[in-house]
Amino acid sequence: MSTAHVLLGLLAGGPRHGYDLKRAHDESLPRAKPLAFGQVYATLGRLERDGYVTESGQDRDGGPDRTSYELTDDGRRHLDTWLSAVEPPAPYVTSEIFSKVVVALHAADAERARDYLVAQRAAHMSRMRELTTAKSTPAASIGDVIAADYAIGHLEADLRWLQTTLTRVAGLSKEVTN
Amino acid sequence: MSALLSGTNVVRNYGATPALRGVDLAVDEGEIVAVTGPSGCGKSTLLHCLAGILRPDAGTVTYRDQNIGLWSEAARSRLRRTDFGVLFQFGQLVPELTAVENVALPLLLAGSGRREARSVAAEWLDRLGVAELAEQRPGAMSGGQQQRCATARALVTQPRVLFADEPTGALDVLTGEQVLGEIVRVARELGTAVVLVTHAASVAAYADREIVLRDGVLDPTGLGLGVAR
Ligand SMILES: Nc1ncnc2c1ncn2[C@@H]1O[C@H](COP(=O)(O)OP(=O)(O)OP(=O)(O)O)[C@@H](O)[C@H]1O
Ligand SMILES: [Mg+2]
Repeated sequence: MSTAHVLLGLLAGGPRHGYDLKRAHDESLPRAKPLAFGQVYATLGRLERDGYVTESGQDRDGGPDRTSYELTDDGRRHLDTWLSAVEPPAPYVTSEIFSKVVVALHAADAERARDYLVAQRAAHMSRMRELTTAKSTPAASIGDVIAADYAIGHLEADLRWLQTTLTRVAGLSKEVTN
Repeated sequence: MSALLSGTNVVRNYGATPALRGVDLAVDEGEIVAVTGPSGCGKSTLLHCLAGILRPDAGTVTYRDQNIGLWSEAARSRLRRTDFGVLFQFGQLVPELTAVENVALPLLLAGSGRREARSVAAEWLDRLGVAELAEQRPGAMSGGQQQRCATARALVTQPRVLFADEPTGALDVLTGEQVLGEIVRVARELGTAVVLVTHAASVAAYADREIVLRDGVLDPTGLGLGVAR
């Protein structure tokens, strides 16, 4: 799970300082573990070192920690690449999938989230088809079959979520355009 | 090469309710195509139109280069007896008949003699793993056993196309998988094309490709997602 990408996504809406980022992170990913302040600053430090964010100012009355950060062009490109990259359909629930949709809705729009969902769904379906073919061959051992079952069950759960989210997000983009 | 079965701009309404609003679909010889999409999106209506059970209000349904939408009810029901097989979620076996009589029925309707029909039907029950149920009536069988008999009945005439609407929707996961496995195995052996309507991704995964319907039209987000065999 990549906190760095989530922070970049939150900064896509405009400059924020560390405390603000922590709060926004915990609010937008309520199922994720709350972010420790130390982790926020460590991550911002790395992002700054890599040239993805830069300091944009100091909030005087807030004390020493009130430095705000903004996204650089490189940071925006980096976020963009991550938002488009399809995750390898893994045989377990990847919260990366979930985070990506949340961040896409934050940093871009419903259209962007939809494009990602469509591509991810295709990758999942195609993996599911491979596993189904593999376990249906007469040569498949009981071990092969139950391993495939395990992966299929988890992919199916992901797919149900992808499908439902696709429908919800389609509803969102309709609201926006209407 | 033209497709074995195709729908072009198929439109179908129920009174004022539009169920299909212009759907295109082509199925090749021996191909297994899953039709998925949310409840009420028009999957069953599409299957009924393609199988010649319903006539489209507009658009064409073409089987072996013939526009079957123009055919009479009698001609379409003859086609369904000879070239098509249908399999629904449940309730298609005649309750008063035994398994072997149920499976023999399509052969009798197609003009086979009684003895011949019974012996072919018995072979088909064996092929689907339910030979021992030959003299049972549907009421005495489990859901999975009934679907195996219904599959035998749908395939006994060796149709070119099998239309299956949620064939395992009422079964538990494992039984559903076994029945589906049998359907797919036998269809592949016969070279029968299958139009498989389902809600479940795990069922659609048995198909060569998938089309997704939404509100009576193909969902473009579901297009091109299918991967060839
Ligand atoms: N006999 C009928 N009379 C009136 N409306 C109908 C009839 N059959 C279907 N409809 C309507 O047509 C639309 C498409 O229905 P259809 O049964 O094809 O959907 P479906 O995708 O098969 O749904 P499900 O997944 O629930 O089986 C729905 O709005 C439904 O209410
Ligand atoms: Mg239906």
